[in-house]
Amino acid sequence: MERIPILKMGNFLLVTVQVDMHDRLAMTLQDDLTGRIVKDHAHGVLIDISSLEIVDSFIGRMIGNIASMARVLDAETVVVGMRPAVAITLVELGLSLPGVRTALNVDKGVELLKGCIEQRATANGHVAG
Amino acid sequence: MEKRTKLAEMVRNQHDVILKDWVESQLNATTLRRELMKESELREQSREFLSLYTQSVQSGEGIGDAAWKPVKDFLGQITRSRVLLGFTPSETATFIFSLKQPLFDVIRSTLKDPKELVADIWATTTLLDNLGLYVMELHQQNREEVIHRQQEELLELSTPVVQLFENILALPLIGTLDSARTQVVMENLLQRIVETGAMIAIIDITGVPTVDTLVAQHLLKTVAAARLMGADCIISGIRPQIAQTIVHLGVDLSEVTTKATLADAFMIALQRTGASVTKSAVSQPKG
Repeated sequence: MERIPILKMGNFLLVTVQVDMHDRLAMTLQDDLTGRIVKDHAHGVLIDISSLEIVDSFIGRMIGNIASMARVLDAETVVVGMRPAVAITLVELGLSLPGVRTALNVDKGVELLKGCIEQRATANGHVAG
Repeated sequence: MEKRTKLAEMVRNQHDVILKDWVESQLNATTLRRELMKESELREQSREFLSLYTQSVQSGEGIGDAAWKPVKDFLGQITRSRVLLGFTPSETATFIFSLKQPLFDVIRSTLKDPKELVADIWATTTLLDNLGLYVMELHQQNREEVIHRQQEELLELSTPVVQLFENILALPLIGTLDSARTQVVMENLLQRIVETGAMIAIIDITGVPTVDTLVAQHLLKTVAAARLMGADCIISGIRPQIAQTIVHLGVDLSEVTTKATLADAFMIALQRTGASVTKSAVSQPKG
């Protein structure tokens, strides 16, 4: 069966969607990713959707859901590389993904994630100290 | 409809007379625009139209028929050129209507039977009226095309996205925001964000005359789309009246950073991108 690869990069998990997502694939990704976050103790997740050209309301909602789930599992999530057309479609569909962090490309996404995790570490440190 | 070979024959036989009369009447008409069109050009157009007309009139069909296609094509051609030259619709239509008099003269002098005379004159006048209306329609269409094109150009011109600094884009909006424009604005902005990799976009609405709920919604959509691309938006240039309207309408802009002026927005954008501006001491000219 077709699967979307999840790569481990240090503390982060990198999910690159290289094909157009269909409903089943999105569900599988949701299962796989939540499983991997727990297994690998990941602190951050980067979802790259730069190859995603077509979204419908379901896929849009799934992207939002997956990001929210990762956050529940205590991993900062950044969605990167959204195409202009996809962004416009999502907004028109009323899915502006509130609460999901976004970045323009993987580079900026990694930077943002690192910043978030550092911030969290210092905040936790203060609480502990 | 029976063939009108006789009518065509008549016109063909008297071709030169008709052409001479027609051109003369066009030249004497008040609607003539000597400054826009040369006499030789008018003569040439008249001659060509008359010969096409003679061929088509033979069919005896109305102008909806395929037999009239060459005539219509030719009319399309000259109407377009006249629109570009700045002719008014009636000036263009006069080209057709002024042909009536010379044609009627010829018919009257050739046919003796009153029945035939009336029938032919009626047929001719119907044809020419229809052709005249056709020209009017074409004229209108051409004008509308021009307006449509200008609208599009205006749309393109009125939504520039400028880069203010590394990572900072500005979008000065001027004029009313409707759905069509918002779409163009959004597309332009997102495209530029991809091209420049900007992290902050400042939307300046100093030039937007009124902000109602619809415009506010369009603005928020643009902000949401930019955020999905990983860029933060700042809305600046909110005039006092507009601030009042926004609050009275109950529009919620709390999700977006808003600033009164573009300068304020620029400063906050610099801060967020980690850049800063400092004044340097102006070097005094040595006395």
